[in-house]
Amino acid sequence: MSADRLSRRAFAGGLAALTFSRCAFAQGYAGLGETADGFAQVTPGKAFSFPADHGPHPDFRIEWWYLTANLIDASGAACGLQWTLFRQATEAGPQREGWANQQLWMGHAAVTRADTHRFNELFARGGVGQAGVDAKPFAAWINDWEMKGAEGTDDRVLSPLTLKASGTDFSYALTLQADRPVVLQGDAGFSRKSERGQASYYYSQPFFRARGSLVIDDKPIDVSGQAWMDREWSSQPLDPDQTGWDWLSLHLSSGDKLMLYRLRQKDGKDDPFGNWISPDGRTQQIFAADIQMTPKGWAEVAGRKLPVEWQIAIPSRSFTITCKPLNPTAWMGTGFSYWEGPISFSGSHDGVGYLELTGY
Amino acid sequence: MRRALWILAVLLSHWRRHPMQLATLLIGLIAATALWSGVQAINQQARNAYDRAAATFGGVRTAMLVAPDAATFSQDLFVALSRAGWPVSPVVEGRVQINGRSFRLLGIEPVTLPAEVGNAPRLGASDLRAFVAPPGQTLVAPETLADLDAAEGAAPLISSGAILPPLHAQPQLVPDVLVVDIGFAQRLLGKQGQLSRLLIGKAKGKPAPLASVVGDRLQRVEPNAETELERLTDSFHLNLTAFGLLSFFVGLFIVNSAVGLAFEQRLPMLRTLRACGASARMLNSVLVLELVVLALAAGLVGLVCGYVIAAALLPDVVASLRGLYGAQIPGQLSLRGEWWLAGIGISIAGALIAAAMSLIKAMRLPLLATAQPQAWQQAQRRWLILQSAAALAVFAVALLLLRYGDSLIAGFGVLAALMLGAALILPALLEIILSIGQRRARRPLALWFWADSRQQLSGLSLALMALLLALAVNVGVSTMVETFSRTFISWLNGRLAADVYISAPDNAKAVAIRSWLRERSEVQAILSGGRAETQLEGQPVELLGLPDHALYRERWPLLEAAPRAWAQLVPGDAAFVSEQLSRRLNLRVGDVIEIPAPGGSWVLDIAGIYADYGNPKGQLAVNVAALIRRFPQTPQTRIGLIVPRDKIPGLITALQRQFALDDRSVADQATVKAESIRIFNRTFAVTGALNAFTLGVAGIALLTSLLTLANSRLPQLAPLWAIGLTRSRLAAIELTKTLAVALFTALLALPLGLIVAWCLIAIVNVKAFGWRLPFHVFPLQLVELVAVALLASLLAALLPVARLARMQPANLVKVFANER
Amino acid sequence: MLNIKNLSKSFSSAGEPVHVLRGVDLDVRPGERVALTGESGSGKSTLLHLIAGLDAADGGTIMLESADVTALPDAGRAALRRNRLGLVFQQFNLIPSLSVEDNLSFQARIAGRHDAAWHGELIERLGLRKLLRRYPEQLSGGQQQRVAIGRALAIKPSLLLADEPTGNLDEATADDVLALTRDLVARTGCGFLMVTHSLHLAGTLDRHVTLHAGRIT
Repeated sequence: MSADRLSRRAFAGGLAALTFSRCAFAQGYAGLGETADGFAQVTPGKAFSFPADHGPHPDFRIEWWYLTANLIDASGAACGLQWTLFRQATEAGPQREGWANQQLWMGHAAVTRADTHRFNELFARGGVGQAGVDAKPFAAWINDWEMKGAEGTDDRVLSPLTLKASGTDFSYALTLQADRPVVLQGDAGFSRKSERGQASYYYSQPFFRARGSLVIDDKPIDVSGQAWMDREWSSQPLDPDQTGWDWLSLHLSSGDKLMLYRLRQKDGKDDPFGNWISPDGRTQQIFAADIQMTPKGWAEVAGRKLPVEWQIAIPSRSFTITCKPLNPTAWMGTGFSYWEGPISFSGSHDGVGYLELTGY
Repeated sequence: MRRALWILAVLLSHWRRHPMQLATLLIGLIAATALWSGVQAINQQARNAYDRAAATFGGVRTAMLVAPDAATFSQDLFVALSRAGWPVSPVVEGRVQINGRSFRLLGIEPVTLPAEVGNAPRLGASDLRAFVAPPGQTLVAPETLADLDAAEGAAPLISSGAILPPLHAQPQLVPDVLVVDIGFAQRLLGKQGQLSRLLIGKAKGKPAPLASVVGDRLQRVEPNAETELERLTDSFHLNLTAFGLLSFFVGLFIVNSAVGLAFEQRLPMLRTLRACGASARMLNSVLVLELVVLALAAGLVGLVCGYVIAAALLPDVVASLRGLYGAQIPGQLSLRGEWWLAGIGISIAGALIAAAMSLIKAMRLPLLATAQPQAWQQAQRRWLILQSAAALAVFAVALLLLRYGDSLIAGFGVLAALMLGAALILPALLEIILSIGQRRARRPLALWFWADSRQQLSGLSLALMALLLALAVNVGVSTMVETFSRTFISWLNGRLAADVYISAPDNAKAVAIRSWLRERSEVQAILSGGRAETQLEGQPVELLGLPDHALYRERWPLLEAAPRAWAQLVPGDAAFVSEQLSRRLNLRVGDVIEIPAPGGSWVLDIAGIYADYGNPKGQLAVNVAALIRRFPQTPQTRIGLIVPRDKIPGLITALQRQFALDDRSVADQATVKAESIRIFNRTFAVTGALNAFTLGVAGIALLTSLLTLANSRLPQLAPLWAIGLTRSRLAAIELTKTLAVALFTALLALPLGLIVAWCLIAIVNVKAFGWRLPFHVFPLQLVELVAVALLASLLAALLPVARLARMQPANLVKVFANER
Repeated sequence: MLNIKNLSKSFSSAGEPVHVLRGVDLDVRPGERVALTGESGSGKSTLLHLIAGLDAADGGTIMLESADVTALPDAGRAALRRNRLGLVFQQFNLIPSLSVEDNLSFQARIAGRHDAAWHGELIERLGLRKLLRRYPEQLSGGQQQRVAIGRALAIKPSLLLADEPTGNLDEATADDVLALTRDLVARTGCGFLMVTHSLHLAGTLDRHVTLHAGRIT
C-alpha cells in the first residue's frame, strides 16, 4: 500500500516537478515552467557528435530513448510495440558516485494488437548499474530490458541494435537495422517547444527495419516491420500554460517519414510543428501555418475522452490523410498515464505510424 | 410477519412484568461479551503491533534473498539479479548507538521497494527526493523521536561519530527502528557496497533461475507466518484469552439461569399462545428471534464495555509486554470492524448456547399440560448422577493431558478440565454435605433448614459453580503471583550485587569514566560487565559477561552449580546457563555446549544454571574478560561499582556532573531494584484486574440466581410463616442458608485453587516462560479470599432477604388463596 | 358445521391402553348451543381437545366446516384455531404479563382479524371497560373468565369450545358468565359446545348430549 506510494507514486506524482517523460511535459504540473536552475540550457546551434550524444547528458534535467515499431505477423495482422527509457536528474551538479547519484531511471514497455494492449514499467536509481546508458558500445538498460548495439554498430546510423523488454503477460525481442544516418529534428536538432524559448535537443532514427518475436500470453509470434527511435533531452521543458500534446510519427508507404506534434495551450489554442524527412534522409521543417491537425474521432479510455482519430493536412505538400488507431484502448496506465499506440492512415498518402496523446 | 411481531410482543410482555429477570439476562450477556471482547481487543491490538513490527520493510513477511552465512554480500549481486529480471530491492541493516541506546538501522531503497511490502512510511510528493538526496532523512516512529528527546529535523550523533540524516517522524513505523536511504545506511554502518538482504517483489516477466545468476552466494527465504515475537508472547495472550474465556462462561452461567427461569415461568403462556393458534414453528422461531434481539442489544452494550475495559487495561498490558518480551505496542486502542462483528457474534452465540436447553424444552413442549413434574428429589438425583459422571470423565481427560500433554495449550487444557470437572461435581459434593447435615439434625427447624437447602441446590448450583470457578482461579492466580513476587524479589536482591550501575554512551567514554573512578577513594571496586549476542539453533542467545569478584561469588544466585563453579568460569572455558535456555536446549550441569563466535566456535562447559526471570531470550553467563577476548566487538560500556552506602548519592552526583550522564545511564542499586519491581508489578496488574472482574461477575451470578429464586420460594416459605415463624426469622434463616452454601463452596474452592496454582507454577509457567518456581501456600491470603467470597454472597443474598423481611403478609397469604 | 364421525382415542396408562373414545359421532349446527356432560374421566375434555386440534385422534374424522381437523398438520391446525375456533378453559389461561385489553385482543391480532368495533362491543357487553388496564392477577375469577370468553369471541369464531368454563366460579357468578356467553354466541351466530358437569347449566343450552363409555348417548 504505502510502499506503492513511496516508490511509484512519489516517483510519478511527487517528482513530476522534475518532469520525467514527454507526457509530463504535457501535464502542466506546477514547476514545469520553472527555470532549470543549475542545469545546462538548450540553445540553438549545437554541434551534435556521435556516439557521445547517444549517451546520457546528465547536465540536462530530462532525457529519453524512445522507440516505437509498426509490425506485422505472418498472417499480416498489424501490431505495435514501444520501448522507452527515461532519465531524470533530481539535482544539477557534478555526478555523485553510487547510491548518492542523482539520476533516476524509468522504463516503459508496451505491445499493442487490435485485440489487446499490454504494458509494464520499471524504476531504478542511477549510480549502481541497475539502469543506465553507455554511448560506446551503445547500450541502454533498466533491469533486464535493454536496447543494445554491438562492436560493429555504426555510430552515425545507430545500427544494428537489439531490443528486449517484458511484463507479466508479454515480452519481446527485436533486431533493428537501418542504412541511413540519424536525422536531426527541428532546426538542426534544436526543437523549439514554445514561443518563450522552451526547447529540447531532438534527433531521430526513423529508418529502422525491425524483425523479431513477440510473446503474448506465452504464445510467440514472429513479426517484422519498421521502427522509429527518438532521442530528446532538455532542462526547461514546457511553458506553464501548455496543457499537453498530440504527437505523431508516420511511415509513409512512399518511404518518406513525417514527425508532427501540436502543443495544446490552456486558452484552447495550439501550436503545431513538424519535420518532413525524405527517403534519402533530408529533413525539412514544417511550420504552424502549413499544418492542419483536426481530431475526428474520440474514444473513451480510462475515464477520459481521447482524440484517437485525426484528419491531417499539409496544403503545401498536397498532403491530406485520415488516421485511425489499431486499438483505441492503447492506454498506458503507468505512473504517468498517457495514450500511445500504432495507427494507420490513408488519403493522399497512406502508411502506418504511432500516435501519442498526453495531458488528457 | 405481523403475526410474528404480535407473538414477539406477547413474549416480550413477560420481561416488562419481570424487569429483574430481564436485567439478569442482559447483565449476564453484557458481562460475557464485555470481558471476552475486551480481552480480544487487547490481543488484536498486540497482534497488529507484532505484524507491523514483523512487516517493517519486509521483515519476515516478504520473501527475500540472503547470504547462506547470514553475512552481508556485495551490492553487485543486486545489480546482477536486477539485470537478470529479478524484481529485487536491496536492504542493509545494522545497529547503531545513540546516547548509549541501541537502535536498529535499516537502509532501504524506496524506488525498487516492492509494493507488497507493508508498513513502508507514507512519503508524499517531493518526499522521495528529500529521502534519497543529501542530507536525506531518518524516518522514525514518533515514540522514538520522543525517546531520543529530539525534535523533528534534529540530526543526532551515533557512537561511531557519524551524524544521522535529519530525523523525520513517521507514525506507521515501529519504535526503535531508524530508516534511512540505503546509501546513507551503508556509510553509517561502514558497509559500503554491502547488502544484508534482497526483498523479492512480484515478478513481472520470467527472471533467470537464481543459481544461474548468483550461484550459491544467495539463498531464498520464504516469508514466515509467525514471528519470534508472536511465538514469545503467545503464552501471555493465551493467558489473557483463558481469563476472557472464563469470564465469558461465568457470564453464560448467569444467562443460562435467567433464561431457564423465564422459560419455566412462561410455559403456560406458550401453551396459551399455541391454543390461540400460534403454530409450533412460528412460536419457536419467535422465541429464537427474541433471544437474538436481546443478545444483539446486550452485545452492543457489552462491546462498549469491552472497549472501556480494554482501554483501561491496555497501559498495563503494554507495560507487561514491554517488560517481559520487549514487544512494542501502541498505547492507543484501535479496533477493526471485525472486532465489533465478532463481539456481536459471540454475544448471540453465547445467548443461544446458554438458552439451548430452554429452547429445546420449548420446542418439545406438549400442547397440553402434563401431570405435575416428577418429585424434585428424584429429578435432582438423576441430574446429580449424570453431572458427576460427566465430572469424572472430564477429570480423566485432565489426567491424560497431564500425563501425555507437553505444550502450553495442554497445560491450559489441564487447568480447564480440572476446573470444569470441579464445577460439575460441586453440586454432588454439596448434596452430600447437606444430606449429612440433614441426617444429623435433631430439631424440626434444623431438619427443614437442611432439607430446604438441598431443594434449593438445583436452582443455585449454576451460580455456585460460577463462584467456585472464580474463587479457585483467584486462589490459583494470587498464589502464583505471590510466589513469583517473593522469588523474584529475593532473586533480585542476589542478582543486583553492585551498588551503582553505569552505562556509558560508548567505549571511549567508558574508559574515561573508569580512569576517573580509579581516583575516587570511596570506590571499593570497579566491576566490568558486557553483553554480546550470538545464535544457537537459530534463536538469538545473549552472552552475559560476569566480573570475577567475591561479591558475585557470594551473592549471585545459582539454581544448580558444579563444584567450584565460579572458579571454573575464570579461565573462560565454562559458562552458566539460564534456566530458560537450559530447558529449551535440555542442558544440565556438566554438559558441553558449542557457540558460534567471531573467531570460531567457543566450547563451554556448563558449570551452573541460574534463574533469569523476565528475560525472553536465552542467556549464557561467562567471565567478562573471556567474553571480550572471544567477542572483541562487545561494547565495554557497563560498569558496576562497590561503594559504601552513605557515599552513593555523592558519587552519582559527581559522575553525572563530570560526564553529563542522565538518570538512565547511572543508577544506584535501590533505583534499579525499584524499577524492576515496578515493571514486575505492572506485569501482573492485568492478571489482577481480570481476576477481580471474574470474581465480580461470579458475585453477580450469585445475586441474580438468588433474586430469581426468591420469588419462586414463596410457596415454600409461606407454610412456615403460617405456622408461626416471623418474617424476620424466615429472612435470617434464608440468609444463613445462603451463607452456609457459599461457605461450603468457598472451602471446596481452596483445594481446587491450590491445584490450579500448582498447575500454573509447575506446568503453565514452565512452558510459557521457561522457569519453575518453588511452590508456596499463603494461608492468610486464603482466609482473606474466603472472607471476600462470603462478603460477596452476603451482599448478593441481602437484597432478596431484605425483600422477604419486609414482605406484606398479604403476599404470603396469596400463596394459599391463589393456589393454581 | 361441526361433524364428528366414529372418533376414537386411547391413552396408555401404566402400560395398559385405556380406550377413552370408542367411536363418537356428534354434529353441531351453526348457531346451535350444545352441552356435553359425562362422568369424570369419561373423555369430555379429550373430545374437546381433539376438536381443537390440541391432540391427535386415533381414528375417525372431525370436519369443521370444510376442513378435516384430523388430517391437518400442526400449522394447519394452528391456523384453524387462530381463525375459526374460540377456546375457553376452566383455568382461564390468560397471559399474566398482558393487560386485560391486550389479553382480549391478542388472538384476533395474531389471526390478523382484529375488528375495533367488535372489540369495543365485547368490552361493553362483558362489562370490562373499567378493567382494561388491569392485569389478570388483579381480577376476580368471574372477571378473568369474562376476559377469556372475550378473547375467544374476538375472532368471531365459527365454533366456541368451552371446557368447564364456570368450574372455578361460584354459582351466581357462573350463571352470570354463562348467560353472557349465551347472549354473545347468539350475537355472533357461532356454534357453541360446552363441557360441563353441571346438569343445571347443561339445561340452559339448546341441546344436551352425554358421553358415556366412550360414546355419545
